[in-house]
Amino acid sequence: MGRFLLKRLGLATITLFLLTVIVFFGSQVLPGDVARRILGPFADQRAVDALNHQLGTDRPLLTQYWDWVSHFFRGDLGTSLSYHAPVSDLVGNALVHSLKLAAFAFVLVVPLAVLGGVVAALKRDRPTDRIITLGGLSLTVVPEFVTGIMLILIFGLWLDVLPVSANAPDGSSVLTQMRYLVLPALTLVILLFGYIARITRAGTIEALDADYTRTAVLKGLPRRTVIFRHVLRNSLLPTIAVVATQTGYLIGGLVVIETLFNYPGMGRLIFTAANQKDFPLLASAVLIVGIGFLLATLLADIAYSLLNPRIRYAAAE
Amino acid sequence: MTVVQDPTAPITVPSAPDQAAIARRERLRFLRRSPTFLIGCALVGIWVICAIFGNLIAPHDPEFPDVLNKLVGPSGEHIFGTDRLGRDVLSRVIVGARSVLVIAPIATLLGTVLGTAIGLVTGYYRGLVDEATMRVVDAVLAIPLIITSLLAVVALGPSRVTLILVIGFVFAPIIAKTVRAAVLGEAQLEYVEAARLRNERGLYVMFAEILPNVMGPVIVEFTVRLGYAIFTIATLSFLGFGADPSIPDWGQDISQHYQFISGDVWWPVLFPSLAIATLIVGINLVADAIAQSFER
Repeated sequence: MGRFLLKRLGLATITLFLLTVIVFFGSQVLPGDVARRILGPFADQRAVDALNHQLGTDRPLLTQYWDWVSHFFRGDLGTSLSYHAPVSDLVGNALVHSLKLAAFAFVLVVPLAVLGGVVAALKRDRPTDRIITLGGLSLTVVPEFVTGIMLILIFGLWLDVLPVSANAPDGSSVLTQMRYLVLPALTLVILLFGYIARITRAGTIEALDADYTRTAVLKGLPRRTVIFRHVLRNSLLPTIAVVATQTGYLIGGLVVIETLFNYPGMGRLIFTAANQKDFPLLASAVLIVGIGFLLATLLADIAYSLLNPRIRYAAAE
Repeated sequence: MTVVQDPTAPITVPSAPDQAAIARRERLRFLRRSPTFLIGCALVGIWVICAIFGNLIAPHDPEFPDVLNKLVGPSGEHIFGTDRLGRDVLSRVIVGARSVLVIAPIATLLGTVLGTAIGLVTGYYRGLVDEATMRVVDAVLAIPLIITSLLAVVALGPSRVTLILVIGFVFAPIIAKTVRAAVLGEAQLEYVEAARLRNERGLYVMFAEILPNVMGPVIVEFTVRLGYAIFTIATLSFLGFGADPSIPDWGQDISQHYQFISGDVWWPVLFPSLAIATLIVGINLVADAIAQSFER
């Protein structure tokens, strides 16, 4: 196990290094002249030079990269150009908001999608299965802003039962706050349902086809016992671990959903930074999202291997 | 080049094309009978026709501003109503199919070609090249697609070429991962070993021997990614980073009329939304059916 952990950690560190290079490349190298991109084609060259000097983008790339990365990992994320505030404060606030929304959506979607996936697997290739699989797939592939707008039109406008904005008035109770979060959370639920259900279905089918299940059936155990004790036990935990590796999907969805519902989370922060060409904020926020994803993947990988020794041994070889 | 007599070669080579042809006929038969495939094709077909003949089908000029009839609800004259400048929503929905249906396939093709090449090389040679490439792939995949695209479009400025390059380059590692897995399975098989014993060059073995046998996953990846390309392009133009603000575009029209929803003006938002949804669902139904036809 120690060796497996070490290998996983080593790989994650390499990936992290490459991630910083990619983000740096995207936000500081790709724009060419950073100050020119920010100020536009008609700005005075002296103003451009001054801004480049102020941003430090007139220094050699290697110096810039090292400066940015070393400050980042010491907790200094730089200063936002558009908010004139430390990036760490902005990101801290936004992270709390996003996590609230994501947690709410997860609490709704995981049981729902797992149930859907298991039912589909048990009714494999029958109409119920096709409806769940294709319905889920269709909902998953439609962009979040389209789903969100449909939900707003139906529940916010025509039925008029839910608030359209995600922001509850200041000082409202937790319950009211949650009511305001229902539509954005539901949009995320729709985005994730098909995907999680699909993985659950695959995991359950694999367990259903396994020899131990056949043995259990041939032993004469009741169907209910076979499904709960033998099939689900073996299929669900790994499935959930696999789902956890896909959090990037979730964060990507948040960019659009938070912009649509005007919700002050990480997604909207990244969108605002992109819109304002606020490269310091954009780079740090994107790197944090990437690190969050790497951590989630690492934890899920470890959890998965704890649950499934075969993976552990195969990887350690 | 020395020809090494390989006892397995004359047996496997002549029979392979026949089997491949039979398998292909089987797959086509399956697809022709699959309701999923047919419904998907119908949905996509409608939008392809709109993209090609949009200007002929559209009842009005999609750019003509009828300033006296702004934001008028659906009526006999304007079936889908008019937008904030008095333009006909139905015409804009029809003509709007073009921008996405031009960019998405080109971008996906670029990603598929690049990804397949990377997948073949890494899966065939393995070793250090493979390890290094896979680490880069993991790092790229750690950032959600839409955020990578956002970053690149902001850095390079939005344009059609930027969108194609960005989506192509981001898709390449994803497709490479799938192709690599398929190649790893194939590389163990006898026909690859036979080609190696014949002293064939690596490039020949990869592209002439292995590639035809992993076309299944490649085709499936292409159709699935095409759906995602449309997803990404629509989302970027909704966020205000579209290819060209001057031509009708679904995502852009939605973002420009979204603010009017609270005033009970739903038509300039609902119809482009339905257009995006039907196109993407159609492509994914096709992709799902094709994937199934290969799995059988």
